Amino acid sequence: MNAAPDPHTLTGAYATHALPEEERLAFEQHLAQCPACAQEVAEFEAALARLGAAESGRPPSGLKAAVMAGIGDVRQLPPLTGPAERRRGTSRPARQWPKLALAACLALATGLGAVAVQQHDQAQRARSQASSLREEQAAVTSLLTAPDARTTTTASGPAVATVVWSADRGQAAFLASGMPALPQGRTYELWFNDSGTMRPAGLLPADHGQLLLTGNINGAVGVGVTQEPSGGSAHPTGQPLMLLPLT
Amino acid sequence: MNAVVHLSAPRFRGPDLKELVAKTAFGDQEAFSGLYDAVVGPVLGLVRRVLRDPAQSEEVTQEVMFELWRTAARYEPQRGEVLPWVLTMAHRRAVDRVRAAQAAADRDQKAAARSHVPAFDEVAEQVENRLEREQVRRCLQSLTELQRESVTLAYYRGYTYPEVAELLGTPLGTVKTRMRDGLIRLRDCLGVGS
Ligand SMILES: [Zn+2]
Repeated sequence: MNAAPDPHTLTGAYATHALPEEERLAFEQHLAQCPACAQEVAEFEAALARLGAAESGRPPSGLKAAVMAGIGDVRQLPPLTGPAERRRGTSRPARQWPKLALAACLALATGLGAVAVQQHDQAQRARSQASSLREEQAAVTSLLTAPDARTTTTASGPAVATVVWSADRGQAAFLASGMPALPQGRTYELWFNDSGTMRPAGLLPADHGQLLLTGNINGAVGVGVTQEPSGGSAHPTGQPLMLLPLT
Repeated sequence: MNAVVHLSAPRFRGPDLKELVAKTAFGDQEAFSGLYDAVVGPVLGLVRRVLRDPAQSEEVTQEVMFELWRTAARYEPQRGEVLPWVLTMAHRRAVDRVRAAQAAADRDQKAAARSHVPAFDEVAEQVENRLEREQVRRCLQSLTELQRESVTLAYYRGYTYPEVAELLGTPLGTVKTRMRDGLIRLRDCLGVGS
């Protein structure tokens, strides 16, 4: 009877960080599957934060300068959105995918299947077929074949997104598959990240996950995705769902 | 009539912290600067409460701020407010630090700590926000002694629950449930949660 204690009773010890390492890891596994405990832990953490917040201290004057000077060396982690990814703990952006894999990704994103693959492998044929594609898709395809075209890819839960860009042309395109459908009145908005300032780069069409970004790359360090009200926002209003570095 | 008065949650005046975190996640240093200003006081206060040593507390506070910058994109607004998220992070680091020190220290020191079991009125010392302090004090007072000691020894001193059980001469299972019962009472008294 003592052998298997009820894991639900560990919420308090967990929230106060009072579980020894082994028990903590075991409880975290339980926590991932038990919404009741997760809810209780969140409430306990909020209650304990009130105890913590009552302990306000006055920081020494040099601390902020040291922190602000130091963050330049601290690499920021990309967002996590999918449960699968959360379990793994890290996301692995695959930079510079092999061309075939990239073409497959493009095919997925555009829903054109083998067409895109052929376009990539056989530039000749691609040109003739591109003319029958919608204007935007043609532009994306063309961007992909730019001599200095580069790509970056990130996975976020079920979604896989790639940004293709050419510094020479100053253009970037966003290609995604598996983006979760949004509720009525919401849209995915793309942003150029100008070293921390987000510049609107267009709204992702609801029917396919592809967009030639609006505006010139102009030294942007990355591309971000947020969820916004339909019609988009001038500034991001929520957490980034994805961040792709243009490096 | 309930003897415990439910005060509303403290109003964090000023910037919208969720927005600052979202911007920080994009690498916006100005937003991070605002976030720093909003949370550094409570972070330092809590860390100092656990560690007691001012120099180490500053070090850990700096680590917490770097972690905040590093993990801003992983904040999940739907799971709770910003300050609890930050203070959970801060508490975790403070406790790790205190445990590392404890592991190196003599067992005697732990025994001596027994005489230092913090009373609830000590808990509220060094507080700037009087209203908040008053409410925390009152709510801690609403716990049984064993609940209160179990929670405060773990939270303010960084003891694991087996250590708390040893300090209080109470069975392990009892300490576990008292921690949970105490936090349920505290949560309800502070008006946190659903
Ligand atoms: Zn549970």
